[in-house]
Amino acid sequence: MAYEPQTSHAPAAAHGHHEPSFFHKYLWSTDHKIIGFQYMFTGMALAMIGAFMAYVFRMQLAFPGASVPGYGVVSPANYNALITNHGSIMIFWVAMPVLLAGFGNFLIPLMVGADDMVFPRINRLSYQIFLLSALVLVSSLFVKNGGFGGAWTAYPPLSANQTYNLTPLGSSLWVLAVALEFVAFLLGGINFIVTSMNSRAQGMKAFDVPIVVWMIVIASILFMASVGPLIAGAVMLLFDQLLGTSFYNPGRGGDPILWQHLFWFFGHPEVYVVLLPAMGIVAEIMTVFSRKKLFAYKTVIYTLIATGVLSFFVWAHHQFVAGIDPRMANVFTVTTVLISIPIAEMCFVYIATLYGGSITLSTPMLWALAFMAEFLIGGVTGIYLGASGLDIFFHDTYFVVAHFHYTFFPIAVIAVFAGITFWFPKMFGRYMSDGWGKVHFWGTIIPFNAIFIPLFILGAAGEHRRIFDYHSFPHLATPGLQALRIMATVSLLVMLAFQPVFLINFVNGIFRGKKADKNPWKSNTLEWTTESPPPHGNWAEMPVVYRGPYEYSVPGRAEDYWPQNEKA
Amino acid sequence: MLGNLARASSFAGHMDGLFWLITIIVGVWFIAAEAMFFWLIFRFRARPGVAAQYVTGKEPHLKRWINWPHTLILICDVVIIVAAINVWVEVKQSLPPADLTVKVMSQQWTWTFTDPGPDGKIDTADDVRTTDELHLITGKSYHFILESKDVLHSFFVPAFRLKQDAIPGRTYTGWFKPTVPGTYDILCAEICGMGHGVMGAKLVVEDPAAHAAWLGQHARDAALTAMNTAPPDTAAAAASAPH
Repeated sequence: MAYEPQTSHAPAAAHGHHEPSFFHKYLWSTDHKIIGFQYMFTGMALAMIGAFMAYVFRMQLAFPGASVPGYGVVSPANYNALITNHGSIMIFWVAMPVLLAGFGNFLIPLMVGADDMVFPRINRLSYQIFLLSALVLVSSLFVKNGGFGGAWTAYPPLSANQTYNLTPLGSSLWVLAVALEFVAFLLGGINFIVTSMNSRAQGMKAFDVPIVVWMIVIASILFMASVGPLIAGAVMLLFDQLLGTSFYNPGRGGDPILWQHLFWFFGHPEVYVVLLPAMGIVAEIMTVFSRKKLFAYKTVIYTLIATGVLSFFVWAHHQFVAGIDPRMANVFTVTTVLISIPIAEMCFVYIATLYGGSITLSTPMLWALAFMAEFLIGGVTGIYLGASGLDIFFHDTYFVVAHFHYTFFPIAVIAVFAGITFWFPKMFGRYMSDGWGKVHFWGTIIPFNAIFIPLFILGAAGEHRRIFDYHSFPHLATPGLQALRIMATVSLLVMLAFQPVFLINFVNGIFRGKKADKNPWKSNTLEWTTESPPPHGNWAEMPVVYRGPYEYSVPGRAEDYWPQNEKA
Repeated sequence: MLGNLARASSFAGHMDGLFWLITIIVGVWFIAAEAMFFWLIFRFRARPGVAAQYVTGKEPHLKRWINWPHTLILICDVVIIVAAINVWVEVKQSLPPADLTVKVMSQQWTWTFTDPGPDGKIDTADDVRTTDELHLITGKSYHFILESKDVLHSFFVPAFRLKQDAIPGRTYTGWFKPTVPGTYDILCAEICGMGHGVMGAKLVVEDPAAHAAWLGQHARDAALTAMNTAPPDTAAAAASAPH
C-alpha cells in the first residue's frame, strides 16, 4: 500500500472493499486533493458573494440613491457593511483559501512526491474550521442591525464600541469569523511546511522543489509568524466589544493605535502571503509554455526570502498619517521603498525567462502573462504610497484602492484563473475549452483595466474612500468625476457579465470535457507523472527524483522536456 | 495634482513636485519593463522548427540584464526616498512658528472649528466657534490643534495636500499656510461610522479684510454658529474654486 495507515481512516479506493459514500469521499475526506477542492469551491462561492457586494456598492457610487436591481436602495449603513465585507471576504475567504489552501493542498504533495499531507486529519479539521468561519461571517450580514461596517481594517474605537458602530452583533460575529479563519490557516500552514520539509520524494533536494511549493511554504511561514499578534489583538477587540474591557478605549487608559500596529504587523506580510503563491503559479506556467528553464532559479528563492524578511519591517507605512511619531515614518519609508528591489528582481527574472523561449499563448499562459503585465502597475503605484511625503495626500484616497486592486486582482483572480486552467486536466482528467477560455480571458482583462484606471484619476483628484455618496463634497461632486465613477461601474458590469462563461466552461469541462492524459502540457514536475485525476495516495509506485523541475529544451535530447523522475 | 485640484498651501507645490518626480522615475521603468516584456513575447513566439534555447541564468551576457537594472533601481530608490523624506519633514516633522492657531475638533459626524477671533489669540473670550466651516487668512502661518471626541477621524484638505488622523485622547498639533484665496473641501478620510459619507466641511481662505468682515458678521449674529450646517451650494462652490 502506498500510503500510511493513519490516512486509512477515510475509506479510500486503496482498500478495494467498497466505494466510499459521497459523504466520506467528498465531505469528510482526509485526501489532500479533496480538501484542496473543498477550499477552492468554498472560496469560489464566497467570491460570488464578494463580487455581488462590489456590484451593489459600485452601482450606488455611479447612480447614488437609485434602487440597485437585485438589492434595493443602499443606505449609508448598508454601504459601509458592503465595502467592509467585500474586503474581508475577498482577502480572507477568497484569496487565502483558493491560493494558499486550495492550490497548496492540491499541489504540495503531488509536486514533492508525497502520498498525502503529513497530518491529514489536522488538514480536514482546518477546512472544517474554515467552513465554520465562512458561515459565521455570512450570518453576520443578516443579524439585527446588520453586518459590521467599520472597514476590513476594523479600527477601534469604532469597531470596539457599539454606541459608535451601531452594529453590536454584526461586529462581534465579524471578529469571531476572522479569528476562526486564522485558526484554520494556522492548522493548514503547519501541514504545508512540514510536508514540504519531510515528505519529499527520494532524491528531491531543496533546490529541486518547484518554485510554487517554495512560494507556498514561505508564505505559510510568513503567515504563521505574523498572525499571532493579530489573533491576540482580535481577542482583545472581542473582549472590548463583549466584556467591556478597555484595551483600545482611550477614555480608560487604552490605546486605539495599538490595534493598528497589531493589525498591520500581520496585514502587510499578508499581502505577500497571497502574492507568493500567485507568483509561484505564474512561474510554473511560464516555464511550461515557453519551454524554458526558469531564469536563475536560486535568485528567485533568494529574492523570495528577502521579500519575506523585509515584509515584516514595512507595516507602519499604513499609518504614516495615523498619529505615529513622525520620525518613525522615515524608517518605514526606507524599508517600504527598498522592498521594490527584491520584487523588481523577481519580475525581471520572470521576464527574462521568456528570452529564447518558444512561447505558446494558451489560455493558462495568457493569464500568467497578464499577471505580470498587470501586477507591474500595482507594483509601481505602490512607490507613490510608500513615499511618506506623498502618502500624506494619497492615504485613504481611491489611488490606494486602485493600487491594491492592481495587486490583489492579479493575485486573487488572474493567477487563480491561470492555475485553474493550467491544472484542470490534472484535477479532473478532462480539458476545459481553450476557445471559451480565451473569450473569458479578454472579457475579464479589458474591463478590469477600465474599472481601475479611472480610480487612479479619482484618487489623484482627492476622492477619499468609503463614501456612499459624494454629494456632500462640492469639489468631488463634479460631472467629470461622476463620469469616471460611472465608467468604472459600467466596466464592472461588463466584467461580471463574462464570468458565467468561465463557470459554464468549468462545469462543462468537469463532466463533458475532452479526456486528458497524464501529461497534457509536457511538463516536468511530479504531479504530471501520475494519473489524471490522481487516485487517493497519488501514485501506485512512489516517484524518485533525479533533477530539478525546469529542465526544458535541454540540448541533445529529442524531447524538449525532461520529467523530474525520468532516469538519465 | 490631476483634475482641477487647487494648490492652496505653501507645501502643496512641493508635494506635487514629488508626485511628478516619482511619476517620471517609475514611468520610465514601467514602460521599459512592459516594452521588454511584450517584445520578448512577440520575438520568441512558438514557430515550427525553432526550438527554445537552454539558458540557466548564469550566463554573464544575460545576467547583466538583471544586475544592471537591479543597481539602477537601488539608485532610483535612494532618490525617491530622499525626496519623499524632504516633503515629509517639511509637512509633518517640523513646526514653523505660527501667526495664528485654530482648533479642529472632530466627532461623529461633524467638525467644530475654533478661530482665535479679533485678538488673534486662542483660548480667549473672543474665540469664535463654527460648525462645518473654517475661515483662514491667506498668507498666514497656522498651527492647527486636532482632537477627536469619539472615534478616529481624519482631517483631509485636498487643496492643501494635508491629511492627519484625529485620535480620541490625544492632541495633535500640525501646521499649514494657506496661499490661494478660495473655497475648498474639508473631508473626513477615516471611516467613522454611518455618517462618514456626509462628514465634510467648507474651508474659506480669504484676505484679512474679508476675514475681519466675517468675524464682524459673526459677532453680530451669534446664532449663525448653530445654523451653519446647510449643505454648501455645489455650483457656486465649484465656480469659485481656482482652476
